[in-house]
Amino acid sequence: MAAIAGRPAGKASWQRGLRDARLWLLLITAVLMLVDGYLIFMVAPTDAVLGHVQRIFYVHVPISILSFLGFLICAVAGIGYLIRRTERWDRVAHASAEVGVVFVTLALVTGIIWARPVWNAWWQWEPRLTTTLILWFIYVAYLMIRQYAPTPQQGRTWSAVVGIIGFVDVPIVYYSVQWWQSIHPKQVIGPEAAEGALEPIMAQILVFSLVATLALFTYLLLERVALRGIEDRLSQLRREGNTD
Amino acid sequence: MELLRGALTVAWKDVRLELRSREVIASALVFGLIVVVVFNFGLNRAPGSLAPVAPGLLWVAYAFIGVLAMNRAFTRELEHGGLDGLLLAPISRDAVFLGKMLGSLAFMLVIEAILLPVFAVMLDLPTLSPTLGLVILLATVGFATVGTFFAGIAVQTRSREILLPVLFFPVVVPVIIAAVEASALALQGGPMTAVWTRWAPLLLVFDALYLVICPWIFGFVFEG
Repeated sequence: MAAIAGRPAGKASWQRGLRDARLWLLLITAVLMLVDGYLIFMVAPTDAVLGHVQRIFYVHVPISILSFLGFLICAVAGIGYLIRRTERWDRVAHASAEVGVVFVTLALVTGIIWARPVWNAWWQWEPRLTTTLILWFIYVAYLMIRQYAPTPQQGRTWSAVVGIIGFVDVPIVYYSVQWWQSIHPKQVIGPEAAEGALEPIMAQILVFSLVATLALFTYLLLERVALRGIEDRLSQLRREGNTD
Repeated sequence: MELLRGALTVAWKDVRLELRSREVIASALVFGLIVVVVFNFGLNRAPGSLAPVAPGLLWVAYAFIGVLAMNRAFTRELEHGGLDGLLLAPISRDAVFLGKMLGSLAFMLVIEAILLPVFAVMLDLPTLSPTLGLVILLATVGFATVGTFFAGIAVQTRSREILLPVLFFPVVVPVIIAAVEASALALQGGPMTAVWTRWAPLLLVFDALYLVICPWIFGFVFEG
């Protein structure tokens, strides 16, 4: 308590409020995810063509969408950091990149599991898949560069720069792969056809899934930002301890 | 003009250094040949049947050489505090960036020009055309711009040899795709409308975009 006593009371209570909010969000997320699991496995109709494997779609689609949101937040927070130079922007950028990498990894894995029985191939060099894989590489590099930078200050600046460049690159990668694909024979038809003919109940469960995953995403992001704050405080205390 | 003069001074310094030591061009040339030989064993195809994969091999070799050359362009500055001297020079960071980029571009173009006839013989490439030259020029500008930028970051880290390719390759995927496809068309010698309507514009857009972005954010690379 000694560390908190030195600070203004307003900030401490504000932080406690945020901690309570995170706890509530965790509870809400847990309930939503349980209900989501029930909806996916018990309520959702089995796909006439694809069978049970189609159920992975309710997990895969929200995760993919939210990983892109994570990278968008990362790029915006990176710009914010380069302009304002406050650690808060960097914490948001770092946290959203980490959550984004976890989500995009899960999106790739669930996509591969789905693709094997449906396309009869684990992987297709299709624009969406390829772009997602490149995105994964760029943001893994983003996390690596933070690790390898000689000072935390340089890590923050460089990763912000990589986050911005990566985000600019994604549309170009997408178009180049699309053009590249168009001259090579397509082996399979993409998932667009299945999405177009979506049953209303399937669409509703997908929306519910998206909300549940958004809650999970928000919770993870807030928790990670808070954890980053604690980490920064710890390293600051360590530095102060060393100089004494 | 001030910018261009500073950039040319930095580039000329690198060229002069290279003319005296010849370490980048000589090692990159040998490396390029080794890449072709290793591919040859890896693919184990009959002579003459390598033509369909030749554009791919050409650009994989060029991309590897590019990483090597650009890494060298900056690690060379580490000796005797060269980097500090470069940063303390009374020119803007844009000029430093453009200078290093022009230097790397010149090295890569020279290496590519020397290797191209050798590749043509070893991989049995059908024809060499001015279109191919233009594609190589456009793609190398993209390589040099993105590569110089990331080399500036990578050189300051502990793991500089691995960090540059990890940063560089995902970002230049569009350049590699466009270069391989355009070179394949140019080497086949058939109709080249797709080169002019699609791949050359894509390379131009990529080059222009990164030539604007990279000098602009290069200043952030050397702070703190």
